[in-house]
Amino acid sequence: MSLELEPRLARELEAHLERAYPEEGCGVLLGRDQPRGRRVERVIGFENMQDGPRGRRYRIDPEQLLGAEREARSQGLEVLGFFHSHPDHPARPSAFDLENAWPYYSYLIVSVERGRARAARSWRLAEDRSRFEPEALAVPGESGAGVGLGAGGEEG
Amino acid sequence: MSASVRILLPMPLRPYAGGAASVTVEAATVGEALARLAAEHEAIAPHLYDDSGRLRRFVNVYRNEEDIRHLQREATPLAEADTLSIVPSIAGGRGAERRAAQALREAPAWQTGADGLPPLGQDELLRYSRHLILPEVGLQGQRKLKAASVLLVGAGGLGSPLALYLAAAGVGRLGLVDFDVVDETNLQRQVLHGTASVGRPKLESARARLADLNPLVRVDAHETRLDCGNAFEILRPYDVIVDGTDNFPTRYLVNDACALLGKPNVYGSIYRFEGQASVFDARRGPCYRCLYPEPPPPGLVPSCAEGGVLGVLPGVIGVLQGIETLKLLLGIGESLIGRLLLFDALTMSFRQLELRKDPDCPLCGAHATVRELIDYEAFCGLEPPAGDGEDQWQIGAGELAARRARGDDLVLVDVREPHEWEIAHLPGATLIPLARLPERVSELDTRREVVLYCHTGQRSARALEFLRQAGYRKLRNLRGGIDAWSREVDPSLPRY
Repeated sequence: MSLELEPRLARELEAHLERAYPEEGCGVLLGRDQPRGRRVERVIGFENMQDGPRGRRYRIDPEQLLGAEREARSQGLEVLGFFHSHPDHPARPSAFDLENAWPYYSYLIVSVERGRARAARSWRLAEDRSRFEPEALAVPGESGAGVGLGAGGEEG
Repeated sequence: MSASVRILLPMPLRPYAGGAASVTVEAATVGEALARLAAEHEAIAPHLYDDSGRLRRFVNVYRNEEDIRHLQREATPLAEADTLSIVPSIAGGRGAERRAAQALREAPAWQTGADGLPPLGQDELLRYSRHLILPEVGLQGQRKLKAASVLLVGAGGLGSPLALYLAAAGVGRLGLVDFDVVDETNLQRQVLHGTASVGRPKLESARARLADLNPLVRVDAHETRLDCGNAFEILRPYDVIVDGTDNFPTRYLVNDACALLGKPNVYGSIYRFEGQASVFDARRGPCYRCLYPEPPPPGLVPSCAEGGVLGVLPGVIGVLQGIETLKLLLGIGESLIGRLLLFDALTMSFRQLELRKDPDCPLCGAHATVRELIDYEAFCGLEPPAGDGEDQWQIGAGELAARRARGDDLVLVDVREPHEWEIAHLPGATLIPLARLPERVSELDTRREVVLYCHTGQRSARALEFLRQAGYRKLRNLRGGIDAWSREVDPSLPRY
């Protein structure tokens, strides 16, 4: 299980999540699911549609997702999964993430600390829904791949 | 009126429909279409419906562009060529941690430190989470560690794993005593220091490494040689003292100072492939003097520099000392007090010896005579190093080279071991390992001048003493051994 993301897309996704800070940001990963791994071709940032405080929850608008699915289909891509941020919190799925998870999808979680994307990990729901399993995350050409997304790693 | 409609499936549901992206069914309403889908592909049903047969709340269904919840839900009628889309509801976030956040706002006892222990911040709760979930440690234990202070005497082979693990474990204050500089021969086992630190003080590289490992730990650097003049002052602020020294005078000094101050002394020592560990706490058990009332004669037990040591060995013993230290601080388990643990790496065996408090121990016995720190160099039979020129038995590497170049009649004797000889030796030398000297002494002519050397000058000093007592008078000891020769005379000779 692996998820490959170009540095350009990693930056785009991080920028979206940093803008959403201190709220949770979210979006969808479009790409190709190939036998040797998943490759993200497009990322689309969504507005967090959670009713009420959005610092600890996100909800993706099904209509926006429907639109993204349609767009993916027209370009020969698939919805591979979703990304969301954990503001000032590790890039680990919460119990709430688990409760709401779908099988198959890649759930890319990015820890955004004090407004800066720091660490990212991708996860997939285990067959029996009991837990998330980590998925290898590759950002080719970035030394920070698999640890953070690597984009704009310098301090300050 | 039935219509032919296409149902578009999201990726997660496709495996249950034979991998198809869409399925075409005949149905009059949305509810009927979904029922047909579930009938055709049974495995999909549990993902669409809950146990009571209702559509799951995280399943959204769209007729063309519209959410059926805004239409007539499952009764929404269908027309020919309509498209139904099943769209997963995607939500999540760290919401489940809300309880923890609430707890933070309510400021429980552990945060206020009402029991005298410091609170843990959110970053510490995460960092030490694997400790916190151990009932034997828990929040209380981790706060004890944060409040604790440990002094490591020596930042070398034993001090390296000790410092790394105790800092990582969250011991709040770590003191390090060492005055040495990192050299290449340290790197084989002193994992606290790196190649880039060669030539720098050990405490400088230790401080940098520990700050990176755990910036929450306070590190006190005592860059000095521990002696009877400063020992009390340096040891006094710490809860536990850990002995990672490599020489007898300091070991007795640490033992005596701990006993006199009433502090536990976590002891470890290593030699070649073997190690020992124990905890000496004179208040509750024996001290080091109960085990070894007197130091061995000088030179009998070679140091690691002379005898060698397997690089991983201090890792094993240092980590054992680290565990004992944490147990003492946490007040858990059975400490090594009253037991000496012996480790042999070659046979891979641990043995235990029971240690008893010696009722006649001059330090911790009923009639103790040692009430203050003494001169430990003298106690261990070591004389203060002689100044240059004072010692008629010494010869410097430069002087030896000059006299050899002049053609002086010198017998050069190497008292090291054959495997050391293989690494490097001086041309024209004869190999007589120290232990073989008594049986081979007749090979040496008392009338000729004999120059003895070893690795750094200690074994050859003992060889010189032996020969002197055997009646030899024209003797010289190469100061600093072959190592000094490599440094000062012939850099092409490999050092080790």
